[in-house]
Formats: sequence, structure tokens, C-alpha cells
Amino acid sequence: MDRTFVVKAANLRAAANACASRSRHGLLAMFACDERAQSGCYAIYCLFDGRWPDGLTTVKGLVPADGPLEFPSLTPVIPAAAWYEREIYDMFGVKPVGYPELRPLVLHENWPEGVHPLRKDFDARQEVPTAADRPFLMLHAHGEGVFEVPVGPIHAGIIEPGHFRFSQAGESIIRLDAKLFFTHRGIEKAVEGLTPDAALPMVERICGVCAVSHALSFSQAVEGMTGTVIPERARWIRVLAAELERLYNHVGDIGNLGAGLGFAVAVSNGARLKEGLLRLNEAVTGNRYLRGMVVPGGVAMDATAELRQAIDEALAAFEPDFAELVGLFKENDAFLDRVNTTGVLPFTAARELGVVGVAARASGVDWDMRRDKPYGGYGELDFAVPVRRSGDVAARLWVRVDEVHQTVRLIRQALERIAASGPELAASVPAAAAGSTGAGWSESARGANVHWLMMGEDNRIWRYFARSASYANWPALTVAAPGNIIPDFPLINKSFELCYACLDR
Amino acid sequence: MLKILQKIMAVGTVTENWDAAVPPARARGRVAPAGGPCAACGACLAVCPVGAITADGDSVTVNQRVCIFCGRCVERCERKLLTQTGDWKLAELGGQLLGEAVRAEIAKTLGRSLHIRHLDVGSCNACDFELSQLLSPVYDLQQYGIDFVASPRHADLLMVTGVVTRNLTQALLMTYEATPAPRLVMAVGACAAAGRTFGASYAVRGGADALVPVDVYVPGCPPKPQAILYGLLLALGRIEQA
Repeated sequence: MDRTFVVKAANLRAAANACASRSRHGLLAMFACDERAQSGCYAIYCLFDGRWPDGLTTVKGLVPADGPLEFPSLTPVIPAAAWYEREIYDMFGVKPVGYPELRPLVLHENWPEGVHPLRKDFDARQEVPTAADRPFLMLHAHGEGVFEVPVGPIHAGIIEPGHFRFSQAGESIIRLDAKLFFTHRGIEKAVEGLTPDAALPMVERICGVCAVSHALSFSQAVEGMTGTVIPERARWIRVLAAELERLYNHVGDIGNLGAGLGFAVAVSNGARLKEGLLRLNEAVTGNRYLRGMVVPGGVAMDATAELRQAIDEALAAFEPDFAELVGLFKENDAFLDRVNTTGVLPFTAARELGVVGVAARASGVDWDMRRDKPYGGYGELDFAVPVRRSGDVAARLWVRVDEVHQTVRLIRQALERIAASGPELAASVPAAAAGSTGAGWSESARGANVHWLMMGEDNRIWRYFARSASYANWPALTVAAPGNIIPDFPLINKSFELCYACLDR
Repeated sequence: MLKILQKIMAVGTVTENWDAAVPPARARGRVAPAGGPCAACGACLAVCPVGAITADGDSVTVNQRVCIFCGRCVERCERKLLTQTGDWKLAELGGQLLGEAVRAEIAKTLGRSLHIRHLDVGSCNACDFELSQLLSPVYDLQQYGIDFVASPRHADLLMVTGVVTRNLTQALLMTYEATPAPRLVMAVGACAAAGRTFGASYAVRGGADALVPVDVYVPGCPPKPQAILYGLLLALGRIEQA
């Protein structure tokens, strides 16, 4: 059950701070919504994981549209709010007062000032003129001998686009700033006015490799709002799909870490194992990235006895093969020398920034939404949440390795549960009442993925907000990189395994 | 070291012929209109999230470049006239590669080898992951004399993934300019090939060919590694259109 506290904008900081200190994880997501049509206000929503296991705590701050469009910035007391507040200012023009160094985040410097695309009076299709290109506002370091290395947005490999500015003292990184949102596709605006069903293909395509997690968070938000209870079989097939997604991601990421230091045998073996898993995905869902399986109300396809057997056999072959791949890393001093103590994310930074997923658990933050905010069928399944404390590249690698074993256990349990459940795959989803809101969440391969929906008339989406795990984790990279040498950056970056597409939307 | 050698020996050769893998029964490839008059009920048009379907009287056509292979039209078709096939050999030549003379000239200049610069201009990264898989030992792209290079200055072909976003327009145009002529552009996936995946919005300019000329289109969402390879071999004139 969700609890919502509505406050005046002036009291937002105090209310949010009180909720943050009473919640286990702190700020989960923060976004604005143009509710001028409903209440004459812009609303600032802050989501926290409440103390009760089944819902979130929401603080809603109201900013009257006829007054000054501002609210007291949370960032000075809740550092995790930093990027959300920049995004709110970009997209709605509601200003966080007292924010240190307010710079554009989502809309780049080619965007004209005073135009805010998530306001309701902004037509998604309107032509927006290109403002005279201003230089990117980046954070710098100053001092004798300090120089900058600009990298990207186009990188030297098959990598998503982002611009990094390294302030260097010789080989050592002393400051890193990232300019992202190059792949911003305006998805939150694009789904406004669509029914949840029509919006789903876009939601699945926020990110290619977190498709199940996005579809799951979105569908659960819809089901929560409409009181839909999904059939038992669908619950277990969803666990199966979500864990297959984690499996191919983790295996690919583990192998790919070798690419950060030229360990070709590991890269090749990781890619080979991943190819096998992608083909398994295609056999199960018709798509190598598991698209099309999770739908509001349940699942679109059955996991037949034949497929379940194929999955079981694939896992049996996978496990020893994967153990050998891990052995290549474990017993290689040259490799261990590069990953141990590299790119440390301290526990306090992970907590304060609200870091999630593998990155958090490798820094000692023992939090996993599957266990701590159970959704779907996870509350009934038996699995462990691996945690390490050193916060370095190695810790993130070993957490992933341990999670692969847990994921295999979960898939096996899901297969048994599917076999024992009735044939129904999906419940029908009634239309949501105008003005209803709902949050949905899931633990993707990268961490907590939180979606929020507000419905308008005729079952049409009024506002949709998607906060992927990468959103919470990107700022951590700028904490973990300084103090390391620049050649270790690709390794550190890979160990976090951040999605640009998930962040940029 | 011994462990590494042992693993290499144990795994052996895993490289496949490029078109060897057979799509599983559920694979969502080309949607094929079967014979028989359509009821003209418009269900497929209404349900298509990207407007890939056009109707003309009692027949419908699916534009493969636009299609995101969600399969919704197949489900909704009243008379079950649309079939979901696993076909993935969907790449088409365009631009410079349509002219025989130019095609011969390009083949002469490039020979059998091709250097690719990948350019993500707004992808969800599924296509990008498939490009990475092309380099896995299962497909082993380099065996064809094709490889990814770090700079557009070294490239013969720009491989574009994603809808062109506002924030990457400059990067696309500058990379295109930086690639020496003769150069080819390949649009990989429905976003780059048609640009309709996320509708028309303030953040999106359209498909790759809204900004640069495109010579090869590879439909798919995402196209599997084999489908991309098919497009590459087709562009080099090393295979015939299926």
C-alpha cells in the first residue's frame, strides 16, 4: 500500500528529509508532473521505500502555477536528488532554489531557454529551433599542470554515446564530469495520450537489454492502479523472463570486463556463452532480448513443457562452462592486479547517492528489491543476495558472479512453479480511473528500476516517469574514477555496466 | 596459463557458417501477408505501434524497414491472413548501391574488405549489442575481412544505429564528414532505417536518411547478427539478394 503526504512546496525539503531518514534506501525517485489542469499546480513527487514491505512513501510538493515556479532544493540535504532536480528544471522550468551549480542535464545547450517539453502546453511535435550552440557547461579542476582530456560522445568502439571530461594531473584522474542524455528520445512525452497497451512497445525499447525489467515495472504500475491480479502461471513466467534477462546481461558483462585489459580469451568465452543464452531467449519469447513477453495483466506467451526442458538442459550445460570462465579470472594474477582496489566506490557515497543494484551491493549496501520490496512471486522463492564490501572493480565482478548462481537457482524454481500452475496466462486489465497514480518496480540486472504513472481521461497516460537503475548509478562513476589512472577508466566504467539508453530515455 | 590453454582446447571451434543457425519456432521475423482477401477491418493498422502497415482495398503491405516485429498485427488479424515468419534476410540496398556502375566502382575500390565505424545516434542499445555479438567467435566477423575501426578516418562504412536524436545530430553530421569518400552508410535496425519507433517528437529527427544518404537498410528490432552480416555481404556484392 502506498502512503502519500501532500505538502506546500516550501515544506518539501523538511518533509522529504523526514521520509528519507525513516526509509531504508532513501530517495528512490523524484520527478515533476504538470497538474495545472487538475489543481493549478506543478507537483514535485519524491518516492521513498517505506518501512512497510508492500509499498512506497510519496511526498508530493505543490508549486502553484500562478506563483514563483520554485521549490527548496533537496540536494544540499539529500545528494541523491542532484540529477532529478536538474531534470525537473530542464523539463518543467520549476527551479530548485539553493541548488549548487544548476546546469542543463537532459536538454543540451542547443536547446532554447524557457522551453520545457514536459509541460502540457508543449506540443510534442512542435518544431523547436536550435539555439546558438553554447559550450557545454562542465565541471573543471584548476591548478598548475592540470589538463583536460575530453572523450566522446562518439567513442572508439561499439559503445553508447556520452561525453566525458577528465581533469588530469599526469596519468591520475583528479576530476571527472559526464555529459549524457545524447540518446534522449523523449519517450516520457511520446507515451502521453496513449493507452498503457499502446505505450508498451516504447517502454520495452527504453533500453534494449533491460526490456523485461522496464515492461515489468510498467505493467506492475498499471496493475496496481487498476487492481488487476495476474494469474499464478504469469507470475512465474515473469520471474523466468526477468532472470533470463539478468543471466545474459551478467554473463556478457563478466566476459566483457576482460576487454578492459585485453584478456581476449575471457571476452570470447563470455560472448560465446552469451550467444547461447540469447538464442535461448529467442526460443522462449521469439526475440533475443526477450521483448514481447511481459504485458499488463500477465504474459503473452507460455513456457511450454518443451521449452522448460530446453531451458533446463541449457542451464545444465551452462553451469560448468561458466565456472571455467570464472576460473580464468580467479587464477590470473595479471587480471587480479588490475581489478583489486581499482575504482573504489565507498559505502557512504553509495548510500548518499542512492546507488542501486550490483554497484551498491559491491560497496556493502545490502539492498535488493526482489527481497526487500518483493514483487511478483519473488517473496515465495529461495535465493540469497550476495554482498561484498570492498567497492572496487573486483567486488562488482564477484557480486555478478555470485548473482549468476542465484539466478540459475531462481530459474530452476520458476520452472518448477510453472509446471505446477494453471494454464491461464493473463488477466484482463480494466481501464484506469482518470487521476489514478501508481508506481511499479523491479530489480533489473543493473538494479532497482522504478516507474510511475498518472492516468488521464479514457485510460490515456497523463504522465509517465521511468527511473532506471543506471539513473541512480551514473553519478557514482564520477566518485569512483578520481584517484585512478586514466587507462583504468574503461575497466571501472565496464564494472558499473551503466546503460546510456536507460538513463537518457 | 595452463587453464587458459585447457579451456581453449576444450571449447574448440564454435564459429558457424553465417546463415547456418535456424530460427526457432517463435522467432519474430518478417510478417508475411498470406493469400486470400482481407476483411479490411483495419485492426492491424490500428494496432501497429509504428504505422508500418498500409492497406489498399483488400490487401495489406507491411513495410519491413519500419516494422519493430512486435507481432501484434498477426495476433489481431481477423481472418488470420498475416503470418509471423522467422525470415531475417531482409536487408535492402539503396542509395549508391542501386546503380550497377557505382556498385562496381565501389567493389573495385573496397575489394573484399570493409572497415566499419559504428555510430549510435540514439539507439536503445539492442542493435549495438548485436554488433558486439558479430565479433564473438560464433560469427567471427573478421574472417570475412570486415572489422570495426576506432576512427571514421579509417572507415569505408558508417554503421548507424538508433533514431537520430536532436542531441546527436551534430555528431552524425561531423562523423559523416570525417569519413573519406567513397563511403557507405548502413542503417541498422528499425530506428535507423525508418526512425518511427518513438513517434515524432521534439527529441527525434527521424531515421538516418533524414540527415545522410543511406546505402544499405537492415530491418529488425534488433536485427540479429546474421541479418547484419547478410546486409554487409550484400553491400560488398559477395552474395545475391535472397
